[in-house]
Amino acid sequence: MSTAVPTTRGSRFTGAAANYIDERTSISGLVKELGRKIFPDHWSFMLGEVALYSFVTILLSGTFLTFFFQPSMATVTYEGSYIPLKGIDMSAAYQSALDISFDIRGGLLFRQIHHWAALLFIAAIGLHMVRIYFTGAFRKPREINWVIGFVLFILALAEGFTGYSLPDDLLSGNGLRIIDGLIKGLPIVGTWISYLLFGGEFPGNDIVARLFSLHILLLPAILVAALGVHLLLMVINKHTQFAGPGRTNENVVGVPILPVFAAKAGGFFFVVFGIIVLIAAFFTINPIWVYGPYDPSPVSAGTQPDWYIGFADGALRLMPPGLEFVWLNHTWSFNIIIPVVVLGLFIVTVAIYPFVEAWITGDKREHHIAERPRNAPTRTAIGAAGVTFYCVLWAAAGSDLISTHFMLTIEGVTHTLQALVFVGPFVAYHLAKRIALGLQKKDREIALHGFESGRIVRLPGGEYVEIHEQLSEYERWRLVSFVDYKPLMLRPDSRGRISFAQRMRAGLSRWFFEDRISPISRTQIEESDHH
Amino acid sequence: MGIRKTTRMAKNSSPSATAGRKANRRHPLATVALIVIGLVSTGGAYALFSSTASADTPAAVSGAASAAQGEKLFAANCATCHGMNAQGTSVGPSLYGVGAASVSFQVGTGRMPLAQQGPQAEQKPAQFTDAQVADLAAWVASLAPGPGIPDSKYLQGNGNSATGAELFRVNCAMCHNVAGAGGALTEGKFAPALTGVTAAHIYEAMVTGPQNMPVFNDANLTPSQKSDIITYLKYLDTNPSPGGIDLGNLGPVSEGLFIWIFGLGAVVGVTIWIAAKAN
Ligand code: HEC
Ligand code: HEC
Repeated sequence: MSTAVPTTRGSRFTGAAANYIDERTSISGLVKELGRKIFPDHWSFMLGEVALYSFVTILLSGTFLTFFFQPSMATVTYEGSYIPLKGIDMSAAYQSALDISFDIRGGLLFRQIHHWAALLFIAAIGLHMVRIYFTGAFRKPREINWVIGFVLFILALAEGFTGYSLPDDLLSGNGLRIIDGLIKGLPIVGTWISYLLFGGEFPGNDIVARLFSLHILLLPAILVAALGVHLLLMVINKHTQFAGPGRTNENVVGVPILPVFAAKAGGFFFVVFGIIVLIAAFFTINPIWVYGPYDPSPVSAGTQPDWYIGFADGALRLMPPGLEFVWLNHTWSFNIIIPVVVLGLFIVTVAIYPFVEAWITGDKREHHIAERPRNAPTRTAIGAAGVTFYCVLWAAAGSDLISTHFMLTIEGVTHTLQALVFVGPFVAYHLAKRIALGLQKKDREIALHGFESGRIVRLPGGEYVEIHEQLSEYERWRLVSFVDYKPLMLRPDSRGRISFAQRMRAGLSRWFFEDRISPISRTQIEESDHH
Repeated sequence: MGIRKTTRMAKNSSPSATAGRKANRRHPLATVALIVIGLVSTGGAYALFSSTASADTPAAVSGAASAAQGEKLFAANCATCHGMNAQGTSVGPSLYGVGAASVSFQVGTGRMPLAQQGPQAEQKPAQFTDAQVADLAAWVASLAPGPGIPDSKYLQGNGNSATGAELFRVNCAMCHNVAGAGGALTEGKFAPALTGVTAAHIYEAMVTGPQNMPVFNDANLTPSQKSDIITYLKYLDTNPSPGGIDLGNLGPVSEGLFIWIFGLGAVVGVTIWIAAKAN
């Protein structure tokens, strides 16, 4: 049939061009390989894509901004078109950010696109990470990619924070002041680092230019490189998929990248881009003209960082007073050291979680089937606890707004959140575990006995029974195909001894797997089929 | 049966209630009762007054405020807390020297008469006409000197908004937020949002420092600087944000909530739709 198509000049040209390029780059192998990569379609698998497309949007809009932004803290007098700032002294950086907003055509839209896209970027990464976590998609062979993804997340935070500080307005200056305080609170090295970073006493004259170099050069370069590796590893490791008929640990069921998925993804890019532009066109973000130029004396009520730094700000806000004292001629600010250490531990735990879990479970198999959260109750519970912890800190960053908007006292809100930081994760842990086990039990019921049809039938003997509808083989597959784990058994090693590490591991393994619903065996299924 | 129950309850409750009332002659409850009576009577007076006012020439109403009229209004509405001579009681401060500005602000914004004890006197719909407020202010001002009603030349909003913005950031933003969106103070108190506050009330707030707000006298901020601040606040009121809907001017918190709920919400909605189409 294809021979019937006459070769037009156009197609001859494409063919020749493709040949020319292939002979010099051997790219066809790569295209073929990539083009045949299969991408399963579950909506939650597209969150990473959302992050990717927001990032592309950020790169494009950011490039526009660099054309006009001046990263200089030299003092100038504003003569632009925003009346309530006319004649005010400010830094050249702030002035150029105002000019972008008011005097450069399309500038404000680009600024807003850039900032909204950044917020969406990090939110999408966050949700993407949560999805990976709760489906166990970080398990072998994808642990490395989890770590790379984590690095991307941290880089995104750094990008966000450096960008937030560039316009040199009052809000961003206050944010930097908090960072400065945080750094200075570190014992012994703090003051040195602060002077090094700001080129002298805060705020100095250098910080904007330095952050600018990081923001547009170093951080994006690392980010793009890490992103490349992240995507490459995803291609090499293949995508995970949810269990289903015909979906095994050895295959991936979905659509190949070329042509269907590529077309869809291209379309999806424009959807994400379009949503960002729509938001940017209608909603103000970071109205720097209201904040005014940075000046170390005024601090506005309701000074907050962007949402992704909120958890750190919240941690500082929740620290009770009176933790600062002088010892050995140094000021020890435990009100700063404690949150820094706690958040550091939290972040490191997130980064190395795949290795910790692999060690506890002793699982060395490869996993390509995404686990349903209910089938790994302990992991799900740990995740729920972590998310709760994070969210409480996050909420604490808005404690003043919570209190004004719900007519509460700020002390009440703070004390409640202080308690919740400790209680919340525990409650979430147990609740999530119970729910996961409950759902598993229900799955087991349904797989064995079918689901209730709601049809009541009267038997000839006068007895009433409800008809249970059996699942089809396909539906049942989804419910019963999951890996079962049992707690590790303590076995003495070759010399007949049980090491401490082994004991610990067995203990942790028991904690992980002692509450479990055993999956249904083949014989049980067959038995139930005979009913 | 239902009837018997209610009668029994009434019997049981009445002695204790009277005992309570007897025991606390000057209990706030009595005050509340008095306020209610006062409010009802002023309501009536207001109805009468406004109907006659409309028949009168407007010039007569806006003419010189009558301290004598104010004294009567005060006795009926304010004396329970502030005392017959505004000397103060255990439930309300003395008003000697607070000046006409304070009365005009407190009554004009509906904070006075105070409705209930709370962390701070809340704003309510104003209960008196402008003329009545002026009468009350005139009477209180006649007791002792204090900040007067601001000169209208400072209230035109024709000062320098740039100076005003800078003064506002330095003097007011730590409580009211840079955009005047309001902010939290300790123990449930708060600095209110400043959108839509009249120029006169802004000026009076500065010179009298209501409750937890500091006083900005003419040495701290000259009248023309106050006028600049008013100009800036009016600028914010009349010029919507150039960037579009301002999400309450609450800064990054509202922006973060917005992107999570509407931004990510919309995107996730689309992904679910695409995936559903595919299957
Ligand atoms: C229920 C009791 C109550 C009533 C009724 C009441 N007030 Fe007050 N008033 C208070 C209290 C309490 C304060 C102090 C508020 C504060 O500072 O928290 C106050 C404060 C004031 C102030 C501010 C004083 C200052 O230091 O600047 C003025 C002016 C005032 N009242 C006028 C009036 C007027 C006029 C009326 C009648 C229309 C009135 N009040 C009715 C309780 C009352
Ligand atoms: C220490 C915090 C603080 C500072 C600083 C402050 N205020 Fe206030 N302001 C308050 C509080 C608290 C109230 C509410 C008082 C009340 O309800 O009686 C208030 C009330 C007001 C009101 C009345 C708002 C309304 O809705 O009726 C105005 C206007 C006002 N302030 C303007 C200013 C201006 C202008 C400045 C700077 C020159 C300023 N404030 C500085 C705390 C502050």
